[in-house]
Amino acid sequence: MHVVIPYVVAALLFALGVYGVLRRRNAILVLMAVELMLNAVNLILVAADSTIKSALTGVQPEAWANPVPEPRAGAIFALFVIVLAAAEVGVGLAIVLQYYRLRRAVILDDVELYRHDHERVTG
Amino acid sequence: MTVADALMLALGAIAVGSGVFVVTSTHLVRAGFYLVVSLGAIAGLYLVLGAELVAWVQILVYVGAVVVLMLFAVMLTRAPIGPSKDLDRPALPAALIGGGVGLGLTVLLVDAFRWTEFELPPPGTGRRVGEQIFGAWVLPFEVLSILLLAALVGAIVLSRPDIGARPDPNAGPEPEGPPPGPVDESEEVVARLQRIAERQAAAQQRVRDQRAAAERAEQAELDVVEGELVEEARQTDPLADVVLRAHEARPKPGGPPPEPKRELPGAPEREED
Repeated sequence: MHVVIPYVVAALLFALGVYGVLRRRNAILVLMAVELMLNAVNLILVAADSTIKSALTGVQPEAWANPVPEPRAGAIFALFVIVLAAAEVGVGLAIVLQYYRLRRAVILDDVELYRHDHERVTG
Repeated sequence: MTVADALMLALGAIAVGSGVFVVTSTHLVRAGFYLVVSLGAIAGLYLVLGAELVAWVQILVYVGAVVVLMLFAVMLTRAPIGPSKDLDRPALPAALIGGGVGLGLTVLLVDAFRWTEFELPPPGTGRRVGEQIFGAWVLPFEVLSILLLAALVGAIVLSRPDIGARPDPNAGPEPEGPPPGPVDESEEVVARLQRIAERQAAAQQRVRDQRAAAERAEQAELDVVEGELVEEARQTDPLADVVLRAHEARPKPGGPPPEPKRELPGAPEREED
């Protein structure tokens, strides 16, 4: 297996995510691009998980760096990142929907950060 | 070039290709569905790389929950169904930065790994992942569960304006009653409803006119026949005069309202009948 393939795929996905975040004006599409970036990071973690260990054969790790007999933490980190992404999407969409309810817009360029009327009570 | 390489190339091409559509599509809903394809291909890559549990969690959480949530938000913000023109900023800076990031990362990773052959490890099982999560990584796991709880509470508080919002001291009394529905508040919807009502009224008026014209023509024909019959009947039967006059005085649909003068003498006569 040539490990450079998943790494390059992850790099391209991350670049697409950066491009999408900078290009899109709609908040939901920006969240989708952020998902692409998080998935690229996950892919790198899982690929490293499968390959770094096999490259380290013969290297004696320190005892404190190896709390379990077989350290393959990349998949665990990927799971944690998936959970973080789910929480991020939940809170992000709640913010987007609340902003839409107040201002009837999901366009990020129209968000006025200097206006402090966040205490206004609206239906 | 092994089977794993071919699979990874194909799945990576699918993931990157649909990722391009996610960030360039002018349809909001299509971007969401391309995101499903891209995330599914990445789940396939996880399977090839031997992280089975991560692949299924990816399908379960991303494709099953996150994308559905996004499509739900697209629906709730009343996004247009067709292509939207004002979805994008100018492309040049984003393309420069994105292309630079992609090129830099690709060059870095290709230079780091070259075309080296790695041995695929045996696929990880759920048992091993569970042992690691609840053995070595149990503290991050607990912190993550607290974070999920906080996100849950935060999403609920954000989406319910009656919790946690302090009333503005400068504002007047709060408006009573439920907030106006979408039909009441949108000017576009109101204008459309008015147009529909006008069109319906015009169509009803046209149908009514046609029916009245047809009835008038029919009535004209009948009058000729009836006139002869009435003359005959008047000559033969004095009571028929009363009946036929009442028939003539009846209110006709589409015609002018009958004068009360003609109806009043008719009423007692009908009682006599």
